[in-house]
Amino acid sequence: MSTSEKQAGTTGEKKEYWRWQESAWVDPARDWRAARYVTAGVDVGSVSSQAVVVCDGELYGYSSMRTGNNSPDSAHAAMRAVMEQCGMTLDDLHFVVGTGYGRVNVPFAHKAVTEIACHARGANYMGGSTVRTILDMGGQDCKAIHCDERGKVTNFLMNDKCAAGTGRGMEVIADLMQIPIADLGPRSFEVDEEPQAVSSVCVVFAKSEALGLLKAGWSKNKVVAAYCQAMAERVVALLERIHVEKDFFITGGIAKNPGVVKRIERLLKLEAVTTKYDSQIAGALGAALFAHTLAQKQGAAPARAAAS
Amino acid sequence: MIANYGYKDGSGEYYIAIDTDKCIGCAVGRACVAACPRELFEIVTDDYDDEVAAVKEAHRRTLAYDCTGCKPAGGYVELPCTRACTPGAIVHSW
Repeated sequence: MSTSEKQAGTTGEKKEYWRWQESAWVDPARDWRAARYVTAGVDVGSVSSQAVVVCDGELYGYSSMRTGNNSPDSAHAAMRAVMEQCGMTLDDLHFVVGTGYGRVNVPFAHKAVTEIACHARGANYMGGSTVRTILDMGGQDCKAIHCDERGKVTNFLMNDKCAAGTGRGMEVIADLMQIPIADLGPRSFEVDEEPQAVSSVCVVFAKSEALGLLKAGWSKNKVVAAYCQAMAERVVALLERIHVEKDFFITGGIAKNPGVVKRIERLLKLEAVTTKYDSQIAGALGAALFAHTLAQKQGAAPARAAAS
Repeated sequence: MIANYGYKDGSGEYYIAIDTDKCIGCAVGRACVAACPRELFEIVTDDYDDEVAAVKEAHRRTLAYDCTGCKPAGGYVELPCTRACTPGAIVHSW
């Protein structure tokens, strides 16, 4: 039992096991004021929202926040989180692209681009031009993308019909098991033998199956392992439809869960490319890079972002 | 680009794949749009500024039901959309 579990147990407080760490970062070694083009991408997803600032086509800063109860506020909150780190305002941005589920509701965006194109572009930057297959495991959907050496999408499919194989599904299991979501991956390996997967078809089925397994005497770790395996099997089936090709890259919050990532790698017999960047920012980063291209197309006197 | 619209659920995989490279230079005036009795298709400008056919957002999660009438059980030998799409851009996975 981890320290946080013990604390929750002794104080009787209602602990949100699913809650992941929000973050914001800017590159302290660079000054955005020296850049010719300062562009941003805002990815308003169903569970998390990210804002990325790119200076002359290079990553400068980002934030990753939980999506609130409406898209415009979530976009503003994510953008504010990164701008506060460096004294930037919306007026300083030359071009902004919105992406994700809430892409058409980013008030200060000049253009909306689908998250599929943005994730491919972002993965191309984060994992290099050799990346061909991208798996984005988002909050409430899962995307399998094939792209070329420039990060242009050549094949894609998206499954957003149910939460199986998504971050929301993992949050449900974290709450059910009362294990902090960041601990699920490592805990899934603390088993004597790898269990069979639970239902990979539906999170509701998986949840009731997990409860049944706990009642049958399975340890929490074993149930988590079975759920991670189910999630891996689910997304690998999606990936096979677009034909997996090296290099393989995973984006989205689930990329931070080694319990799922290692099992996907095992099923595919292929190691995912690692990156020094936060895997959750891929969509917003791609959007910011699209914004950079569009700002360049506008020439030497780019339009500033519309503050609202 | 192969754009797969649809989903996988407990009963199977239901995807309509549109090869946008074949769709861009459509020689038959995007006949798929008029051919589909459920009006599943629309013409959109994609992220790379190409005008292509796409499955409407509202139908992407209900394809198994939307397309049932055009499958063999509905009396069709050939799907109206794939027959109308002479460039061969549209493929059903089921």
